[in-house]
Amino acid sequence: MEILTWTYLLVGLSFALYIGIAIWTRAGSTKEFYIAGGGVSPLANGMATAADWMSAASFISMAGLISFAGYDGSVYLMGWTGGYVLLALLLAPYLRKFGKFTVPDFVGDRYYSHKARVVAVICALFISFTYVAGQMRGVGIVFSRYLEVPIEWGVVIGMCIVFFYAVLGGMKGITYTQVAQYCVLIFAYMVPAIFISIQLTGNPIPQLGLGGTLEDGVPLLQKLDGILADLGFAEYTSGRKSITDIFMITLALMVGTAGLPHVIVRFFTVPKVKDARLSAGYALAFIAILYTTAPAVAAFGIFNTIQSTSEKKIEDLPAWVQTWQKTNLITIEDKNKDGRVQYSANQESNELSIDKDIMVLASPEIAELPNWVVGLVAAGAMAAALSTAAGLLLVISTSVSRDLVKTFKPEISEKKELRIARLAAAGAVILAGYFGVNPPGFVAEVVAFAFGLAAASFFPVIILGIFSTRTNKEGAITGMIAGLVFTLIYISYFKFISPDQNNPSYWWWGISPEGIGTIGMLINFSCCYLISKLTPPPPGHVQDLIQEIRIPKGAGQAHDH
Amino acid sequence: MNKIQSKNSAYWKKNLQTLVLLLSVWFAVSFGCGIFLTDFLNQFKLGGYPLGFWFAQQGSLFTFILLIFLYVIRMNKLDREFGVNED
Repeated sequence: MEILTWTYLLVGLSFALYIGIAIWTRAGSTKEFYIAGGGVSPLANGMATAADWMSAASFISMAGLISFAGYDGSVYLMGWTGGYVLLALLLAPYLRKFGKFTVPDFVGDRYYSHKARVVAVICALFISFTYVAGQMRGVGIVFSRYLEVPIEWGVVIGMCIVFFYAVLGGMKGITYTQVAQYCVLIFAYMVPAIFISIQLTGNPIPQLGLGGTLEDGVPLLQKLDGILADLGFAEYTSGRKSITDIFMITLALMVGTAGLPHVIVRFFTVPKVKDARLSAGYALAFIAILYTTAPAVAAFGIFNTIQSTSEKKIEDLPAWVQTWQKTNLITIEDKNKDGRVQYSANQESNELSIDKDIMVLASPEIAELPNWVVGLVAAGAMAAALSTAAGLLLVISTSVSRDLVKTFKPEISEKKELRIARLAAAGAVILAGYFGVNPPGFVAEVVAFAFGLAAASFFPVIILGIFSTRTNKEGAITGMIAGLVFTLIYISYFKFISPDQNNPSYWWWGISPEGIGTIGMLINFSCCYLISKLTPPPPGHVQDLIQEIRIPKGAGQAHDH
Repeated sequence: MNKIQSKNSAYWKKNLQTLVLLLSVWFAVSFGCGIFLTDFLNQFKLGGYPLGFWFAQQGSLFTFILLIFLYVIRMNKLDREFGVNED
């Protein structure tokens, strides 16, 4: 069968599966809509969290980022997994014991203040919207590259699917579709990786293949270091950024991961405190399958690309190079007119430019795998984008219906609250779709915002809320606002106001905008601590609440207090 | 302070000790071996991997998983020991 037929078939089948699951698991109460009734098994929640977390960027772009960054790409690998240790040890069990539905719920109750709650809602909405626009764009790109439909139609089709199962099923529907999506995406990622690993190193496990040797007995990484050095690039296995910046970015991504509301809320859905701990472990294990394979895909990809293009005659290039030239993901310009491709670190003589997304999208063709594998990768990329989008939309709808409407109009009935939640989800889908079709020119830049803001706003306040009985509402509100404003201004200045100054000689202490969340977090922590010292301690019922969430006993079902 | 309260605060103290221990390993492996000591460790090899590079792109991730499961086992034991478990 043709590639296109396979792609339509596999993407169509996966969509049918998601819709089937959504109908089977639709939500009937607010509790089912917000936290899937609190009855999800730790293993299922682990898988759902993994799918929720791994976005279109993780699936399509991360390997390519690492291909070109080499060792520096480690910031993503460690940053986007190390946060789960913080989540499991410092947040998840206590928030599960707290037993309500959202992160602003916790901030509002622990800091006994509607103001704190509203600040938290604004952070949650901002983080989720910046993220979801990127996912919708990802869906559109996959549609346009594989199914030959315009990006706009791709976004609309994606919107309809997400609309259907997020609005109908709420958290319950999302959880079980995410379990299915995890299976689709991990299978789609691993198949080409395993085959490429066998071809290059003879080892079927990509994690071992990356440390394996090529046919001529030279270790792959050593060969790659040599090839890149010959072309004038930095060595693959050594760092190019300053150690300070690597440290700051890694920490900001870790802490940001632990502070993302759509990830945190997944731990509200399990029955017990010990399930919350365990499911964080499962989640990280499922995530790490992809995250330890990605560096192998990255190194194999850049190695194959250079080997099959550099100094080769243009008419002899492999078929996949020509296929992807049509989409402009690979461009070749024969500057010195010698009929061959010169790849070089020198911009003036370099004739080959490669988009980072190639490393995953073209991997089945590079490995000469059968056509169905191409369809599978398309379905996998779609699963990654849809699952993350759905999780984010739920946070947005919950923030509106529960944290805003219910807080200020506590008398509304459950039925009405559920209707508002569904309406908000519908509104969010449409808005996200709009940004997917008309992306603001800075989608890539706003991701730095999402992590920086999560690190600088939620993380310190939640941690202190659990581990310090002295932190009060004055401290928390000042901390959140100070951390948020500082991070927002620093990133905006270098990304939007003076992008020409965005280089180490202008950065404060050599910290890039991607890593500034770490400083924002420290500012938040310090403000919380100092202001709390100067103002009265939290009242007695809050002290009791803190003591209560520290002990697993008596967690019971999540409920409205 | 009554009996339950003192038991609970003993539990909390043990919990904090566990956290400090596990998070020290978390920091040492990822930021230590994966970032600060990478150049030094790269002179050693693990198969075809320079060791520092392996820590940054593989080893620290495996360590993270291990740490969470150790935490789960340790806390389940503590919960039972102090009678604060849920079942």
